[in-house]
Amino acid sequence: MSLSVDIQQQTAHFSLQVAFDAPAGVTALFGRSGTGKTTVINAVAGLMTPDRGRIALNDTPLFDSERGVNLPPHRRALGYVFQDSRLFPHLSVRRNLTYGQRFSSQRPGATLAEVCALLGIADLLDRAPDSLSGGERQRVAIGRALLSCPKMLLMDEPLASLDTARKAEILPYLERLRDNTDIPILYVSHSVAEVARLATTVVVLEAGRVARYGPAERVLSDPEIVRQLGVREAGAILPATVAKHHDDGLSELTISGGRLFLPGTDAAPGQRTRVRILAQDVILSLDRPEGLSALNILPVTVMTLRDGSGPGVIVQLACGDDRLLARITRRSADRMKLSVGDTVHAVIKSVSISPVDIGTS
Amino acid sequence: MSAWLGPDEWQAVALSLRVSVLATLLSLPLGILTAYALARWSFRGKQVLNGLVHLPLVLPPVVTGYILLLTFGRRGLIGGWLEDTFGLVLAFRWTGAVLAAAIMAFPLMVRAIRLAVEAVDPKLEDAAATLGASGPWVFATITLPLILPGIIAGAVLAFAKAMGEFGATITFVSNIPGETQTLPSAVYAFLQVPGGEASAMRLVVLSVIIALAAVLASELLARRVTSRTSRR
Repeated sequence: MSLSVDIQQQTAHFSLQVAFDAPAGVTALFGRSGTGKTTVINAVAGLMTPDRGRIALNDTPLFDSERGVNLPPHRRALGYVFQDSRLFPHLSVRRNLTYGQRFSSQRPGATLAEVCALLGIADLLDRAPDSLSGGERQRVAIGRALLSCPKMLLMDEPLASLDTARKAEILPYLERLRDNTDIPILYVSHSVAEVARLATTVVVLEAGRVARYGPAERVLSDPEIVRQLGVREAGAILPATVAKHHDDGLSELTISGGRLFLPGTDAAPGQRTRVRILAQDVILSLDRPEGLSALNILPVTVMTLRDGSGPGVIVQLACGDDRLLARITRRSADRMKLSVGDTVHAVIKSVSISPVDIGTS
Repeated sequence: MSAWLGPDEWQAVALSLRVSVLATLLSLPLGILTAYALARWSFRGKQVLNGLVHLPLVLPPVVTGYILLLTFGRRGLIGGWLEDTFGLVLAFRWTGAVLAAAIMAFPLMVRAIRLAVEAVDPKLEDAAATLGASGPWVFATITLPLILPGIIAGAVLAFAKAMGEFGATITFVSNIPGETQTLPSAVYAFLQVPGGEASAMRLVVLSVIIALAAVLASELLARRVTSRTSRR
């Protein structure tokens, strides 16, 4: 199951020219506001018609300007989760959830009970949408889209209207959705943290064009990404496996380049996770430091050095099979005489890694 | 009721109720369609349609009645055709009173429903479409339930207007007891004859009661509907 998009749209103030493929998993459409993310997802949903191009799901064209194909939204079988949940105010949660079922000719993919269990909304079924909290509304909206038997899920900033606590409440459900169903997800977001946590493929949009595109680990550990993310948000994601939980509250994770000690996660030993390590939280040292409070000291190899516009340098590091980003000053890089191929040590404080940046994979 | 009212008076009340209920119910589908078209669609001549719908509100009712007589009279363009094709005569018949009441009440009905349609967030309809609902389904399951309070309000306004319609009715279908003498026409007729004040007074009291009951009923209905369909 995969989606291919190649569209153009020209308005007085904006020109959009975007092409990418969204394979299974979560494809994040990332970019600042006004870069065309919502236009693209609305074009995929059929709520907006591009000037030219082609949108196909598994080679079935949804839109093809050359062949004159343009399926209306109700015949595209895509589940759309909007930023503002858009639950129907006159229907109970149960009838909101089952709304799409009557229109679907597909065999039901998931039952109401399964979806309620996945999203933790079984207790809300007889409530009215206006009595729900923001996080509950968004989970119901996800369930409603899922139950319409979609071939693909579209999510437009589903967490943007929620506060940090509600975001943290919903992220695990989205991970479960990604890991436990085979429905591909197109996920629009301007939050690097969400993208780092959820995305398997990342499409970075800039002024209506695709600026970067590829597997999440590769795109997020590319030093060039700093231009789009900003120096404070840049950071690589590392696949990791939970080894064990220690009595002092730390969790030990295995990564390809060694071990990581992090503040306790909920994941059970053996669980595959992904950890986001911000570039600005990584310290580099030529020798293995002794007598340091930081618990994580990983041997790494310098792959690239990229000068920033300010006093900083972004260093891409090979850590086992994975990539890390470190942000240090130009002065430090010069003093350490860093150059490509050098073996150094990356120092990461355990407590600098926020629980929000540890997700399943 | 009929013991308190004289037979003539009762006849007028019954006729008025029948005319108003029919006028309201028959014009409701067209009223909803017109309100929806004015609120949502963009088409050439939209302002002309809007003006035509509102014309009865701003024209003197006598003028509206006379125009009806010209077009729907037995020699009128539409009236002649209706009689030839369906054997339906409107002028000076109670059926004509229904038409006159419906036309006079139409602007009020359309305005109320149009406001309700404009209050429905089109994003909800988009959401229904992405869940697989085709246009008619979206309308039936989302738009219609959400505008129901507006439809009820529009229908009650139209009913009240139809109950009170006088000028266009008396011009188009005259004031024939038992055929076209509606409640307001009867009040007018009783006031023209000596000793008719008592009859007129009873009808006036009854008008007030019917109007009040209609307003109260609509409030109750609208409240019940909104408690189910509250926006947020």
